Amino acid sequence: MNAPFYQFGLFGNDTALLFAVVIGIGFGFFLEQAGFGSSVKLAQQFYLRDLTVFKVMFTAIVTAMLGLFWLSWLGLVDLSLVRVLPTYLVPQLIGGLVFGVGFVMGGYCPGTCCVAAVTGKMDGWIHLAGMFAGIFLFGELLPLIGNWYSSTPMGEITLSQIFNLSHGTMVLLIVLAALAGFYGADKLEGRSRST
Amino acid sequence: MNPYLAGIGLGLVLLTAFVVMGRGLGASGALSSFVTLGVNAVAPAHAQSNAFYEEYLGTPNGNPLNDWLVYEIAGVLIGGLISGLIAGRVRRTVDKGARITVSTRMIYAFGGGILIGLGSKIARGCTSGQALTGGALLSVGSWFFMIAVFASAYAVAYLFNRQWT
Repeated sequence: MNAPFYQFGLFGNDTALLFAVVIGIGFGFFLEQAGFGSSVKLAQQFYLRDLTVFKVMFTAIVTAMLGLFWLSWLGLVDLSLVRVLPTYLVPQLIGGLVFGVGFVMGGYCPGTCCVAAVTGKMDGWIHLAGMFAGIFLFGELLPLIGNWYSSTPMGEITLSQIFNLSHGTMVLLIVLAALAGFYGADKLEGRSRST
Repeated sequence: MNPYLAGIGLGLVLLTAFVVMGRGLGASGALSSFVTLGVNAVAPAHAQSNAFYEEYLGTPNGNPLNDWLVYEIAGVLIGGLISGLIAGRVRRTVDKGARITVSTRMIYAFGGGILIGLGSKIARGCTSGQALTGGALLSVGSWFFMIAVFASAYAVAYLFNRQWT
């Protein structure tokens, strides 16, 4: 098996767009199934009353990470052809801080907002309009903040590289941390339910 | 659906994207394509002289909508609708706690949307492109983004508690 298939030229651009729709359907389906079409449900994460966001996110990360690790270990996927986004540390930290305020204020992130809108949530549509405004604002600001936006570049760097661990050890540590997190999350939910 | 089951489902979708395409999921990128489409329609010279819009105009035929993430987000809408219909959750409503009015909720939704749009562009991606995709690929910037998102959301959560109860 030569994967990623697209990178090995197994199909062209039109087929890639078809796959985009299919993959998107799966993505939207599971977001909605998780209950993420509801801002009230999502926001409970930030009051520790319902930790579904944490559980779903980290289960998804661990599943994809382990799957990719095993497939590459078996020689079925060439990891060097899976695109890792380059790190720009300071802008990503600041962007994350801004994003976090927006998340607990508006109740959605971009993906969940789409699922909310399509299932009839009017606040989802307004949130979507807000995101368009925010992206436009960024586009207009970029000429002014361009230098800062490109500052602290670290390239396509991974956690295993900065901690100087093998890929497998790093994967194992994240799995263990996630399991401890799931255990803690279930405990916390049990406590907030009983009070 | 049980959150761990939904997470495994989501993770397998992400893994499929890695194996088939060599790339992960995204959401804010598709929205940027729509914004670029709008700006380019109103002020093409302005759009073409701006590095941000120019990137989204760089599709094979110059149409910002001819982009992988735009097709993916169309799929997200279809998949979300299918799941909502199966679960009987599709109806016109405003999702909010009982203690605030609809108009307050809408102001918060719009304001939050602005910050999400701005933040995801500054960080070069959102919970899909950075947290999920970059998280699974162990990208340093993605993990720092994720930690920053949770840290600031928890830090200011008390300001918005009324909205959600």
